Amino acid sequence: MPDPLTMDEVRHVAKLARLSLSEAQLESYRTQLSAVLDHVAMLGRLDLEGVEPMARPTPPDHAMSVNRLDDDTVEPSIPIERLLENAPQGAVVDDRYIAVPKVLGEES
Amino acid sequence: MPDPIHDVVSSIRRGEQTAQSAVQASLDAIHERNGDLNCFRETYADDAMKRAADIDARIKSGDPNVGPLAGVPIALKDNIVTEFGTTTCGSRMLQNFRSPYTATAAQRLIDAGAIIIGKTNCDEFAMGSSTEHCAFGATRNPWDTSRVPGGSSGGSAAAVAANMTPASLGSDTGGSIRQPASMCGVVGLKPTYGLVSRHGLVAYGSSLDQIGPFAHTVHDAALLMSVIAGPDVKDSTSARMAPRDLLDRIDEPMADLRIGLPKQYRREENASSVNAMLDDAVATFRSLGAKIVELDMPLTEYGIATYYVIATAEASSNLARYDGIRYGHRTTPIAGEELSAFYARNRAEGFGPEVQRRIMLGTYVLSAGYYDAYYKRAMQARRLIKDEFDRAFAQCHAIIGPTSPFPAFPIGSRPDPLSMYLADVYTTNANIAGICGISVPAGFDRSGAHPLPIGLQIQCQAFDEPTLLRVARTFERTRTPNTPDTPRTP
Repeated sequence: MPDPLTMDEVRHVAKLARLSLSEAQLESYRTQLSAVLDHVAMLGRLDLEGVEPMARPTPPDHAMSVNRLDDDTVEPSIPIERLLENAPQGAVVDDRYIAVPKVLGEES
Repeated sequence: MPDPIHDVVSSIRRGEQTAQSAVQASLDAIHERNGDLNCFRETYADDAMKRAADIDARIKSGDPNVGPLAGVPIALKDNIVTEFGTTTCGSRMLQNFRSPYTATAAQRLIDAGAIIIGKTNCDEFAMGSSTEHCAFGATRNPWDTSRVPGGSSGGSAAAVAANMTPASLGSDTGGSIRQPASMCGVVGLKPTYGLVSRHGLVAYGSSLDQIGPFAHTVHDAALLMSVIAGPDVKDSTSARMAPRDLLDRIDEPMADLRIGLPKQYRREENASSVNAMLDDAVATFRSLGAKIVELDMPLTEYGIATYYVIATAEASSNLARYDGIRYGHRTTPIAGEELSAFYARNRAEGFGPEVQRRIMLGTYVLSAGYYDAYYKRAMQARRLIKDEFDRAFAQCHAIIGPTSPFPAFPIGSRPDPLSMYLADVYTTNANIAGICGISVPAGFDRSGAHPLPIGLQIQCQAFDEPTLLRVARTFERTRTPNTPDTPRTP
């Protein structure tokens, strides 16, 4: 059985997952995820020596797989204004751009 | 046995009712019961009535191309996008999301004359087994409103059970069609991976997700399947399978039918009513002349562990797109905040606890140092589970068992995530192996105040839907159809 997750590990996972969580949330996920990982540890009982991992039911060489090249023809794409309908409120600039917080450089 | 979808189509064709009256009946039923059940998150009453009037006009003018589902009201799970209305996935993250395009499966229904009446409630991003983990409230089981309808496609299952619509679509990543079908007493089909296009299905676990139908009967489910199945250039994982008529031989019983029964499916942990249903189903198949083949499938119990690694790993990747920048929930920026911190606040506010939990688990099993121990191991276990099914199907046409180890449970009674996950013990493996499965109403639990439906799961090998549907239909004909308004007499 694996050791329960530590708070540091859970904090690290939350950072990788881009989730800003409170200490109470982290503690709750720490306990719950540890319980799930305990259950998952049963996979260690299987003899997996030499077993080819299976990523998906129909690999590209499967008889049923659609693995084809498309003709390089230009087709209409979704209009920008339709996509911008979903932009967060107040984030659309010049009817064409989405404003994001400053990424590079110092605060001016 | 009445097949409500087939009967609606026939009666509209014959002029005994109109598409408008069929849609109106559906909208009336929703108006009457949705306050109690919360099956629908939104309805498209005006557009649906306009579409129905159009269908009626075309039928009146003798248009031969109105389609095999002309005038049938149908509901979509709230993770199947349409260019009309909103698609929220039951999440605050997508609360106001208006898709710029329509899912292939939904478009095929529309092209076949079906009328989309609304979007049904689901567990957030299809992650759950009870339709309780929703930003917009839980759905209730029409057989007993103190209980869950199952999940994650609980709204779609309950809407058919409560006769709000004769048909709906759901999605099934680890049992999310079959389990609520079982708990609501309707038919729910998870097709073979690749048979139905996933284009426009909001991604959860991409190597597991499939769209499939809910209906009152196997015949109706087959009718819906024959419309939505088939290759799609917009989904590179859709199978190169020519369209098949799933109806022409559906009423023809299988000769020399061999039914597999894994000894691992009849467990002490099952509700006694579930084991009684299974004994009864075995007796039914025997009386129909089928041979029962006992199977040993020891990997059954490894399904949950395998599934919750693979599904959450894929979810953590799929849901990385929700950052609150181009669409979705965006919080108020804080001056000087790093972009990654801004993303993290958008995601923490937009996602509910079950989604956060699965993203965390998936992130962990893919993270440096743990990939081999968890994700790679789960992919190897997946291969073994698929091989075990292949060996089983060399001995039988179909495998039967319970869909769920227990009938619908009370709302709020499973606060512990792992105990909720274990409810999927009989359903995850079909997704892991990529085979097809169906849940058919098979009996009742009569231990409580209300009768609770119990489903029989039937599984067949990949792309063998014709056999799956024939076996299910054969079984179904031995049962009396039921709804909460007219429960089957004991």
